[in-house]
Amino acid sequence: MVLASNNLTCGYRQPVLTDVSLTVRSGELFVILGPNGSGKTTLLRTLARLLRPLGGTVALDGKDVWSCSPSQVAAAVAFTSQVLAPGWPFTVREFVALGRAPHRGWWRPLGAYDRRAIAAAMDQLGLCGIQDRPVTELSGGEWQRVRLARALTQEARVLLLDEPTSHLDPRYQFELLSLVRGLTRVRHLAVVMTLHDVNLVGAWADRVALLGQGDVHCEGTPDAVLTGPALTAAYSVPLAVAPHPVTGAAVVSLVPAVVDRVEERR
Amino acid sequence: MAAMFGGLAIVLAGAALTALAIGSVRLAAADIIAVLLGSGEPFTRTIIIDVRLPRVLLAVLIGVALGSSGAAYQALFRNPLADPFVVGASSGAAAGAAVVIVTGWAVSASGFGPASLGAFIGALLAVGLVYAIAAAGQMPPVSLLLVGTVVSTVLGAAVWLLMALADQHLHRIVGWLLGGLAGHGWDTVDAAWLPMLTGTAVLCLLGRPLDALSEGEDAARALGLWVGGAMAFVLAAASLAVATAVAAGGVIGFVGLAAPHLARPLVGVAHARLVPASGLIGGLLLLGADALARSIAAPLELPIGVVTALLGGPFFLIVLRRSWATWRAG
Repeated sequence: MVLASNNLTCGYRQPVLTDVSLTVRSGELFVILGPNGSGKTTLLRTLARLLRPLGGTVALDGKDVWSCSPSQVAAAVAFTSQVLAPGWPFTVREFVALGRAPHRGWWRPLGAYDRRAIAAAMDQLGLCGIQDRPVTELSGGEWQRVRLARALTQEARVLLLDEPTSHLDPRYQFELLSLVRGLTRVRHLAVVMTLHDVNLVGAWADRVALLGQGDVHCEGTPDAVLTGPALTAAYSVPLAVAPHPVTGAAVVSLVPAVVDRVEERR
Repeated sequence: MAAMFGGLAIVLAGAALTALAIGSVRLAAADIIAVLLGSGEPFTRTIIIDVRLPRVLLAVLIGVALGSSGAAYQALFRNPLADPFVVGASSGAAAGAAVVIVTGWAVSASGFGPASLGAFIGALLAVGLVYAIAAAGQMPPVSLLLVGTVVSTVLGAAVWLLMALADQHLHRIVGWLLGGLAGHGWDTVDAAWLPMLTGTAVLCLLGRPLDALSEGEDAARALGLWVGGAMAFVLAAASLAVATAVAAGGVIGFVGLAAPHLARPLVGVAHARLVPASGLIGGLLLLGADALARSIAAPLELPIGVVTALLGGPFFLIVLRRSWATWRAG
C-alpha cells in the first residue's frame, strides 16, 4: 500500500464527494473517471495534500499526510495540475530543477546528486536537446513532458496527474500515456490520474474509480467498471460499451438518438 | 553571470559619479574622486559630501528598493503588470503614514519613526487586500489593474479626507505625498538605508521560493513550500522596502515595473538573479530620472515622479498590450 484514503469527504465549503475509500499500490496506474463537476480535481488535490479534507483521512504509507510537513509529502508525492499556459519564460532546465526543492531545501545550491537526477529525468523524457529553451516557446506535447520531467526529478513514489492528456492530439496522448505507464512499471510508481476521455481508460488503466452523484459510483478493473449500466448511471446519459476491434478494451459511445428511436418503435 | 552583475555594478557606480558632477556647479571627475578619497577643496567638499552625495545615495537606495520589490510583486501576483504602485503598496504606505500623523502619534519631524511604521502597516494591508481580491481568484491579469486602481483611489480619497479633517497636520501629510528627493540630507539616508536594504536582502534570499510562487500557490505547495510563510516573508520584506522608499522619496511610479522587465533579458527569469538585478537596474533608472529632473528645466527642478511617469507610462502601455495579447492567446 502507498496512498490510501479512508472515509474521505472532500470539497471546498460544501462536500463535493463523500465516503471515498481508495487504495493505490506501487506499480499501479489508477484512473479517476467521472463527468464534469463530479469532483475529480477536488479529490486529486485532496490526495496531494493541497486541500484539507472535510472528513476522513489521506494516508501515505499508513501515515496521515496532514501530520507530515509539506516538504515531507512533496518528497514522496508529485502533483501536476491541469495544463496551464506557462507563466514566465524559465528555461526547461530551470523549470525541471525546481523539482529538487523538497529534497534540497530552498537555499542550498544544487549538488552532484541533484544534477544527476535532473539530467536523468530530462534524458528519460527526451528533453536534453531543448534544455535551454524557454518553457513559453514549447509545443503542447513538449510542455506536458517538461511538467512530467519535474515530477520525476522530484523522485516521488506517487504521481498525481490532473488531466495529463487534455489539449493533446492523439499522437501525444499515446506518447504521454505510454510513457506514464512505462514509468509506473519500471520505476514501480503509484500513479493516479484523472481523465475525462472515457475511451482512454480501458486500454491504459489498471484500476478505475468512477465518480458520480457525490461519491465513488464503483471501483475496480476497467472491465468491471466500464459497463453500460454503470456509465449510464454516472453520466446520466445513455452510454453503450463495445470491445475495441483491435485491443478488445472497452470503447464507450454515446447513443441517445438510437436509444430514443428503439424506444419509439416499441 | 557574475560578469553581468559586475557590469551592472560598474555601470551603476559610473552613473553615480556622473550624477555627482551634475548640478548648478559643474564639477570635474578628478575633483569628485579627490573628495571621495578624502581630500579636495573645502567648497567642493561641501557641495559633494553634504548636498549631492546623500541625494545620489538616496536615489540609488530608493531605486534598489522599488526595483527588487517590483520583481517580487510580479512573481507573487504572477503578473507582468505588477509593481509597488499598481499593487497598492505605495498608496497604502501614504495612507498608513497619514493616519499616524493625524492621530498625533508621529513625533519625529523627519517623517520617519512612527509614521514609517504606519506606512509599513498600510502597505502590508493594502497589498494583502489587492492580493486577496485579484490574485487568489481566477481573474485575467488585467483585472489586477482595476483592483489596484480602485484600492489606490479609495486610499487616496481617505488621505484627502484625513487632511481635510485635520488641517493642522496638512503640511506634513502633503510633504509625505509629494516626496521627491530635493532637500534630503544625511539624516534621511541614515534613517532609510537599513530598512530598505534589509527588505531587499530578504527578497534576494527568497529567490527559489519566489520561483515556486510565480507558478501559483498550488504548484508551490506541491513542491513542498510552506506557502503561507513564504508569502508572509515576501510581503513583509517588499512592504518594508517600499514603505521606506515612499517615506524617503514619496510615491514614485513605474520604476518597480520597468526594472524587472529590463533585467529579464540580461539575467533570465530565475529570481535568485532577477531580484538583485532588478534592484541594480532600479537604482540606475532612478539615478537617471533624478538627473533628468534636475537638469531638464534647470534651475527649476521637476518632481521625480513626473519624470518617471513621462518615461515609464509608455513602457507600461507596451507591457500591458503584450500581456493582454498573451492572455488571449493562452
